[in-house]
Amino acid sequence: MSHYHQIDIINLVFNFIFMITTDILIIGAGPTGLFTVFEAGLLKLKCHLIDALPQAGGQCSEIYPKKPIYDIPAYPEILAGDLTERLLEQCKQFEPGFTLGERAETIDKQDDGTFIVTTNKGTKHHAPVVAIAGGLGSFEPRKPKIHNITDFEDKGVEYIIKDPEIYRDKKVVIAGGGDSALDWSIFLSDVAAEVTLIHRRTEFRGHLDSVEKVQELKNKGKINLITPAEVVGIVGDHKVKAVVVKQAQHIEKEFELNCDHFIPLFGLSPKLGPIANWGLEIEKNAIKVNNALDYQTNISGIYAIGDVNTYPGKLKLILCGFHEATLMCQSAYQIINPGKRFVLKYTTVSGVDGFDGTRKEAPKAVVKSIE
Amino acid sequence: MENVDINITIIDREGEKHHIEAPTDMAMNLMEVVRSYELAPEGTIGVCGGMAMCASCQCYVLSDTKLPEMQDDEEAMLSEAFDVKDNSRLGCQIQMTPGMEGLVVELAPES
Repeated sequence: MSHYHQIDIINLVFNFIFMITTDILIIGAGPTGLFTVFEAGLLKLKCHLIDALPQAGGQCSEIYPKKPIYDIPAYPEILAGDLTERLLEQCKQFEPGFTLGERAETIDKQDDGTFIVTTNKGTKHHAPVVAIAGGLGSFEPRKPKIHNITDFEDKGVEYIIKDPEIYRDKKVVIAGGGDSALDWSIFLSDVAAEVTLIHRRTEFRGHLDSVEKVQELKNKGKINLITPAEVVGIVGDHKVKAVVVKQAQHIEKEFELNCDHFIPLFGLSPKLGPIANWGLEIEKNAIKVNNALDYQTNISGIYAIGDVNTYPGKLKLILCGFHEATLMCQSAYQIINPGKRFVLKYTTVSGVDGFDGTRKEAPKAVVKSIE
Repeated sequence: MENVDINITIIDREGEKHHIEAPTDMAMNLMEVVRSYELAPEGTIGVCGGMAMCASCQCYVLSDTKLPEMQDDEEAMLSEAFDVKDNSRLGCQIQMTPGMEGLVVELAPES
């Protein structure tokens, strides 16, 4: 047996032992994905969720946690962050698994019709049913339009700070005007040799505490603040050596600023990403599904629910995602338990049996005679 | 019903001019008008839903039409957006009103 074959077999055994297995693999932990866990749980199906963001909630927690939503049935008003909390609480008893901070990258259909989904970090998930509840896609950093920026990615340009230690005793330039630019400038002022914060305006959109802290550090000379200005170029040879700064005040002028790292922090924007290459029918940046039946895609066993799908009359509403998730679970049950009988049950009548051993049920009516 | 539509011109990202009628009685903003006429692919405009939090509806105002003044959140978002010019606005922050007859805007490139 060749050396390579041995490695293959080791990989196979490793995957078999360590691969995450579940009934329904949900891609996207937004409101639709979280409610799927509950509906699947009622059918005794277990779920695991993958999300590129480090926390559950999707757009609700990433973009607008403090904003109210007015069209969730029975909630005249609920904050998006609170909706996420309640959905997590509602599905908790069904013990969903989470792979957070990883993006679903590839899908491989097995001979037996099941799927293996691998993330960008190599985590493998095995399930008979995949439900894509990916919203507008996975959140990717917004890259400033500097013509040669891609040449320097991971060579001094980082859009996300993973390990602050790599900046120790280095010269760092941060660009951006929101909380992450402020917070990282503050944090790195203690780590890096030099921190420069560049923003197109003198005003910053962040927590008051952070803005005041940056002001204080600037006064102490620990943060070099250049505003209003922007980075318009990168200079270097295989590695970042300097950035070109264009200053806007009074007379426009450009100058080079020496640095080892350039960290543009302009927030995240959703991109359909690798899912677009999974062989699914795509229309209008969304996945086409069969809405007359069960929201299945053109690949049997893969469903698309919530904002990520499209069909005639589609509305991108959270409440529509809940409905789609519910119908989808009934269809998934048939794939996972072929031929096994089941009828829809009402939670008020049957109660809810959690996988964690808990049981919720309506209190029994008191029967007592009156004498 | 009284006709409350106004005539405006939108230049899409491919440079094509569209002369369209925009309703002013449906609480629609410019981003929503663009979406209702499908002048930019879904998923590339109005990504945040109209909260001035993504800049995917950025446009350049080419006419001297009087528009609502820019609020702090729009200004803050534009300060972090790309391809911003002096005449940049976020479509989602421009509510359509009868006074905007003749408005001409160009959609900024997708970012």
